[in-house]
Amino acid sequence: MAGHSPSIDSKTLWGGGSSPFNVSYGKIMMWFFLVSDAFTFSGLLISYGFMRHSFAESWPVAERVFTHFPFMHGDHPLLYVALMTFILIMSSVTMVLAVEAGHRMDRKNVIKWMAWTIVGGLIFVGSQAWEWYHFIHGTELGAFQLADGTIVQWVDAAKEAFYLPGKEQVMVSGAEAAAMLKNGVEVYGANLTVNEYGLPLFGDFFFFITGFHGTHVFSGVVINFIVFVNVLKGTYEKRGYYDMVEKVGLYWHFVDLVWVFVFTFFYLV
Amino acid sequence: MDFDRTKEYVQHHSEAEGKVQRKMIWVIFWVLLGITGVEVTLGLVWNDMGLAWPFVKWTFILLTLVKAYYIVAYYMHLKHEYKNFIYMVIMPYVVLVVYLIILALNEAVFVHDTHGLL
Repeated sequence: MAGHSPSIDSKTLWGGGSSPFNVSYGKIMMWFFLVSDAFTFSGLLISYGFMRHSFAESWPVAERVFTHFPFMHGDHPLLYVALMTFILIMSSVTMVLAVEAGHRMDRKNVIKWMAWTIVGGLIFVGSQAWEWYHFIHGTELGAFQLADGTIVQWVDAAKEAFYLPGKEQVMVSGAEAAAMLKNGVEVYGANLTVNEYGLPLFGDFFFFITGFHGTHVFSGVVINFIVFVNVLKGTYEKRGYYDMVEKVGLYWHFVDLVWVFVFTFFYLV
Repeated sequence: MDFDRTKEYVQHHSEAEGKVQRKMIWVIFWVLLGITGVEVTLGLVWNDMGLAWPFVKWTFILLTLVKAYYIVAYYMHLKHEYKNFIYMVIMPYVVLVVYLIILALNEAVFVHDTHGLL
């Protein structure tokens, strides 16, 4: 019983020894968290792959969906998302430079590089909001949802003929088209139930995966900011090490890593 | 008693060592940027060049894995951790995710081929 237990002197009591991994507790726990988070993102991307292969013929081509670029008219597939990727890679570089400066106890450079990382993160979140805005609003022409739920694309602004979904782009026109257009509705943009570019599932996955990633970027910016304030206050200078910057750095690189995969599997492949 | 033993494991380095590391960081930045550039260019021109889609697709996936390797190994410093730590982080993930990919894609092909049949 507690009252009778003998006191153990500190020599007998095992202090835990040294870490077999030679890594600080905080960093090990951050790695554990990142592995579990990686499973979550993998689950999302793999379920995306499952649906895409299940509906291989009618799946929208991302290249034809995300063609906008700020202040530019016309079709610019991939360019905007390439810019977003560049911004995130750049902020990864500034983050790792902040970590490197921390190893030298160079407070001035930690402040500089962390500030740039936060700026990069904010630009990225803003870009994602812009992308969402265009996806939700859709095109001027819109599309048409037939009575059976199939989304067909207009041939031109006259809205009398349309293409059926699929790689072959089968055109339907004349009386046949007019009969099919009697029942159904015009759709503009995308939300969780309709998607003018094709299957609603595509929109659902887009919102869920980029939304989940965007939430990660946003929380990364917030955590970066908190650590940044602590660097400004000199908390880690007093402590004698910048381990906190390393931990938030691991999280930030992970967010960049996830984007590398989202970029490939949502936009490229 | 001081339970926080972080200071025993933090890595400090000198100005000279920092210079070497910064150079490495920028080299990897150019590698990542170069790969992204190749991906985007390939995405824009593959159709006009008449390349086969499976080849393009697997090139994308391979380049993505190369990018992922550089980020994890160098920016996240995993390459320079102890071997047992590397395996502890990588192995559970790789084993389960490879399994899940094979399972999901195999089932997806089945679902695709049996649309309207069941």
